[in-house]
Amino acid sequence: MVTIAEEWLNSCSGCEIALLNLGETLLDLLPDLSFVHIPVLADNKYYGQTGERSALEIPKAQVGIISGGVRNEEHLEVLHVMRKQTDILVALGTCATEGGIPALANLTSTASMREMVYRGQPSTVPGPDPDTEAHHLPRMLERCDALHQHVAVDLSIPGCPPHPDWIAEAIGALLAGRAPKLPSRSVCDGCPTYRTGKSSSPALHRLLDQPAYDADQGLDAMQCLLEQGFMCLGPVTRRGCGGRTGSPRCISARVPCRGCYGRISAHTMPMVDYVGALTSVGQNFAAMPDKQGYLSRFDGSEAILKKLED
Amino acid sequence: MSQTIRIAPLTRIEGHAALDIHLDQDGDVSEARMTVMSLRGFEKFVVGRPVEEVPRIVTRICGICPWQHHLASTKAAEACLGVTPTPTATKLRELCQMLATIPDKILHFYFLAAPDFVLGPDSDPAGRNVVGLVGAAPELARKAALMRYKTQMGLEKFAGKVIHPVAVLVGGFSKPLMEEDRRELTALAQEALAFSLESVKLAREQIFPKYLKLFQELGEYPSAYLGLVNPDDGAMALYDGIFRLMDQDGSYDEFPASDYLAHLAEKVEPWSYLKFPYMRKSGRLVMDEKAPVGVYRTNCLARVNVCEGISTPQAHGELEIFRREFGRPAHQAFLYHWARLIELVHCCERALELLADPEIMGRDIRTQPIAPRAGEGVGCVEAPRGSLIYHLKTDHEGMVTAANLLAGTTHNNAGMNLSLKQAAKTAIRGGVYDQGLLNTVEMCVRAYDP
Ligand code: SF4
Ligand code: SF4
Ligand code: SF4
Repeated sequence: MVTIAEEWLNSCSGCEIALLNLGETLLDLLPDLSFVHIPVLADNKYYGQTGERSALEIPKAQVGIISGGVRNEEHLEVLHVMRKQTDILVALGTCATEGGIPALANLTSTASMREMVYRGQPSTVPGPDPDTEAHHLPRMLERCDALHQHVAVDLSIPGCPPHPDWIAEAIGALLAGRAPKLPSRSVCDGCPTYRTGKSSSPALHRLLDQPAYDADQGLDAMQCLLEQGFMCLGPVTRRGCGGRTGSPRCISARVPCRGCYGRISAHTMPMVDYVGALTSVGQNFAAMPDKQGYLSRFDGSEAILKKLED
Repeated sequence: MSQTIRIAPLTRIEGHAALDIHLDQDGDVSEARMTVMSLRGFEKFVVGRPVEEVPRIVTRICGICPWQHHLASTKAAEACLGVTPTPTATKLRELCQMLATIPDKILHFYFLAAPDFVLGPDSDPAGRNVVGLVGAAPELARKAALMRYKTQMGLEKFAGKVIHPVAVLVGGFSKPLMEEDRRELTALAQEALAFSLESVKLAREQIFPKYLKLFQELGEYPSAYLGLVNPDDGAMALYDGIFRLMDQDGSYDEFPASDYLAHLAEKVEPWSYLKFPYMRKSGRLVMDEKAPVGVYRTNCLARVNVCEGISTPQAHGELEIFRREFGRPAHQAFLYHWARLIELVHCCERALELLADPEIMGRDIRTQPIAPRAGEGVGCVEAPRGSLIYHLKTDHEGMVTAANLLAGTTHNNAGMNLSLKQAAKTAIRGGVYDQGLLNTVEMCVRAYDP
């Protein structure tokens, strides 16, 4: 029996749905797992069931699983309590491992975001803004961070959301006391499209245009979307979204990869490596629009983002 | 001595919130609030992105209803670019919306809400969850879990990605439906329909009667309701339609989504990061459960209230049963659960209709070419949590210059706060409360599925 505490910080709950998408595997695992804390499914409260405590508490557990990045003081507090109360801490999903899409917030200042949301919208009648001093509201941090920027993380399972196969692999490995085998290498590595070595398109395409393929034939009869000019981020993205046996998911839908599994490894620099990927198919990196918005869409806690005009 | 009870986090819901209940010196409730604890600000950081990428970014607002964000933002982007999707693509999109809504509703009813009903609102909190449900009703729980799982996987097999989908593109859909997909999805929707009919019957006969009286005391106040209807016959519309904003007395205004600013406004309160939409014509928002001003609600109960009927027969039959019992508009917060199951039936029936439509098998899945241009547009769909409105502007390169978003749970912010206040004031008196009572109060918020 393994005890688990699960938390979601600046998350969308997609990682929790991915956990449920283990399906029967989860039902079979349940007798071996004991969830002592998991807000999306169960009723354990930080301050006690009747709010009787003054300090935030989470029960001790062998394994802690956290989705979402760190965006405010409460996230930070929960993260530190989770680290203290659990033996093995798992970062689940790209928000937790590299910031994910919410870390695009690092393109902008917290003050300008608040200004836009609470004063700058045509539907909004400005009033006194949310006030962390006067009310019991957590203060927003200036940035949106990944977990490892604040505490030691023992295991990272990237993906937005992670494929249930890798969640099962991680849980299985933890139960068996072995190291989990998670994918490395790039999305292209598991992509069945055919490559000719050069681009079939004179220019880059935005997703306004339609890739060419024959719907009656499999993915192996479709030319690589990068070669077709579609700014597919497969070359700079970690493999794994298709699970153990499937093809990359976006490619299965006949659309280019946008990088949701994050960097291939912590040491790679997508912004630099993608110059090479485009050059190798005869495309020009300089012609790529919104480079940060494509290449740092999922790793905004790691990348140095140039701030937008506020 | 006055005192504040903080119940955090709110559990078995899909978002991040806390309840603060303030007691006066007699131990009675002076104020009760649902505080939303964070702001993510997607409206800010989609600015500067190519507009056709927005549907691939905003999915991350919600991992439970990413399809609705994917769809509504695509519609807004299309309005900016002056593009109309092909008829086949429109049907494929609606099919995906129906198939995505089925597991969402199963999740809420069986995994999040049912532990209260089956195990009891004041049962031991350590076991009041889906694991406890598996213990108490193993067959039912397993069946619900598998049905939710199968619909998720069926949609994923067709659309490539089910959580944070990618198949909806500006101008259409990324791939056609093949005969094999159609057969598999039809079998799946049939199975889901049978399960839905069983669920609504079970709830109607065995679950709801037990709780209706309790929750009538805890959570009923009149408000207005917002939802999409079909412009021709006023039937419930989930994918496309015009807004109907129905007052407490049943009278209503209708308007296209593009006019949302003339009818809806949002208030900022210093104690929550989530804004509070209200009816613009009321001029102000007063969250007083005895005399609310400007409050409207959205989500399934609102849709069931505003519509003239439901286009599919079995769901319509359930609607008639519902109306005979509760009238129109029905105001009890607990009835969200009932309305949710009626919609579940409708989504299964509608999916089957779409799958039987020859046009859905077409190969003309995308309008081409599409050129970037300066524009402005509003897109909307009904999401499980309520009306979802996107308003985007682009520059001549098709880059986003402004974005505004009103999401389902946001529309219900005032409504949930009122329900919470009403429930807390009724349930907690003279400083007497326990975990069961507090959970009962939480159930009034949980009914909205925030
Ligand atoms: S990684 Fe993706 S699925 Fe998981 S919480 Fe973040 S946005 Fe949601
Ligand atoms: S660039 Fe994209 S389409 Fe090409 S091989 Fe890599 S993942 Fe596949
Ligand atoms: S193809 Fe890329 S963007 Fe799509 S699911 Fe896989 S890693 Fe994520």
